[in-house]
Amino acid sequence: MIEFANIRTIAEKELRDALRNRWFIVFTIAFAGLALALSALIQPGGTQLRMMSYSRTAASLINLVLLFVPLIGLTLGSTNLASDRETGALAYLLAQPVNRLEVLLGKYLGMAGALLATLTLGFGVAGVALALQGSIQDAGSYLLTVLLAYLLALAMLSLGFLVSAVAQKTTAALGGALFLWLFLVFIGDLGIMGTTVAMRMPIETVFFIAVLNPLQMFKLASILTIQANLEVLGPAGLYATDQFGGLLLPLLLVGLLIWIVVPLLGAMALFSRQEKFVLKGSTR
Amino acid sequence: MIIARHLTKRYDRTTALDDVSFLIEAGEAVALWGANGAGKTTTLRCLLGVQGFEGDLTVAGIQVSKNGKAARAVIGYVPQETAFYDMTVLETLHFYARLKKVIPSRVQDVLEQVQLTEHVSKRVNMLSGGMKQRLALAVALLADPPVLVLDEPTANLDVKAQRDFIHTVQTLNRAGKTIVFSSHRLDEVIALGSRVLVLADGRLILESPPHELAEKLGLHRWLRIWVPAQHKDDTLRVLDAHGFTSMPNGRSIYVQVSQSGKIAPLRSLELASIPVEDFDLIDGALMLQGENHD
Repeated sequence: MIEFANIRTIAEKELRDALRNRWFIVFTIAFAGLALALSALIQPGGTQLRMMSYSRTAASLINLVLLFVPLIGLTLGSTNLASDRETGALAYLLAQPVNRLEVLLGKYLGMAGALLATLTLGFGVAGVALALQGSIQDAGSYLLTVLLAYLLALAMLSLGFLVSAVAQKTTAALGGALFLWLFLVFIGDLGIMGTTVAMRMPIETVFFIAVLNPLQMFKLASILTIQANLEVLGPAGLYATDQFGGLLLPLLLVGLLIWIVVPLLGAMALFSRQEKFVLKGSTR
Repeated sequence: MIIARHLTKRYDRTTALDDVSFLIEAGEAVALWGANGAGKTTTLRCLLGVQGFEGDLTVAGIQVSKNGKAARAVIGYVPQETAFYDMTVLETLHFYARLKKVIPSRVQDVLEQVQLTEHVSKRVNMLSGGMKQRLALAVALLADPPVLVLDEPTANLDVKAQRDFIHTVQTLNRAGKTIVFSSHRLDEVIALGSRVLVLADGRLILESPPHELAEKLGLHRWLRIWVPAQHKDDTLRVLDAHGFTSMPNGRSIYVQVSQSGKIAPLRSLELASIPVEDFDLIDGALMLQGENHD
């Protein structure tokens, strides 16, 4: 039976650990600093100009999220279980009156809290800067962008935990996380573009393959929140707008939720079955 | 307190525990003795319910295979190598106290019990090996469990820390705790154990009182003696005349001694007026097979 008190205890410890983690602090400062710098670049002017500036700033923030959030989510998630396994701390924790699901969920929620706090800080300072300049015309769309960034962060953390559940060493977990990051951010897109040209795929196929990538889901949903259509993305965007209309944003949100839940369930299934893998030392 | 029936554990093609059965009464201190790979740590992991197994195992009436978490609640565990998170001593104890559903005031009690009160604000990674082991014991005692499971508890400690730790565990045993510990050190087994379960290749091959273990297993301790070079031949002759098995090794001589007769060769040499420059006990001979990382 799962005890929520245990999940909470472990989550609070993870949150404290993350907030003491040097890399995490560096990421938080870098993300908040860049978000602030982007928002400060807006040139004040008339209402129309301010709206255009806001769109540009929001687009820049989206690109910042697309690069930074998967990197930190994947690396933090992937090294979490693996490093504890390597030091023996995980085996010691599992020798206490807790079960594996409590441990995994506690760790996930703690890391998620830390990650969302970082995003809140980054988007918070950028939002305040934009608001002071009168550039935010629609606070709702800004908050929706923040929500989408949260979902992407959680999806990346889930993927990181999945990597952590299968990697025995921290270095292997980190390598796996960096490969996934490169794949999702760069190689995946290039691969789709190359395949599209080589195989002359129809536009709907290209669209569906693209949105298998959670980063693309986040990008499409974010663009929708700031300009209501995907014309800027060319034929694939037009196809998506025509095909799904107002359903596209909810579908993308559900897609991101699936990317949070499925890898986390995978990590839970693997972690709860592991035996000698979890326990440090020889098997006898 | 602990009943194991036909305990078997297989990893792929390897059988780590093979049909092991034993009974441990409340208040006993039972040693698991064996070489590397004998199955000691596997047995302890089964007791903790952190791995699956075949057979029946109950701890304080709890079926471990069905409710490992409940079994762990009645067991205090001290690992061979302590692995704590990067927290202070006090934070560590409060963290585990919450997981064990123990009232916070209990932390102070265990700190006093293991004499770590002065070190509460130290980070765990700043503690010595002995203090870390005491902290692990403090964590184990938080919920005042009836059973303590110790996996090679003094393997990484210096002599003084070993002595202190053994003394603390002896006190706990006298207070009624059931102790199950793995060890490859005969002196530790004799000091702590009331009974020894000898494991070899995953099987329980012998149950014995600790003081009979050396004789039953044919274990001997070696005394290494340094004598002046001109007395070496005389030394070997005297030792042989007194029935000792000895062999020269460089400038020194190895003499096989029993657990209770370590001083006897030195007395024989003294009577023969052979000066002994130095001597040492070779602990390695007490181990069944080298260092244990079981």
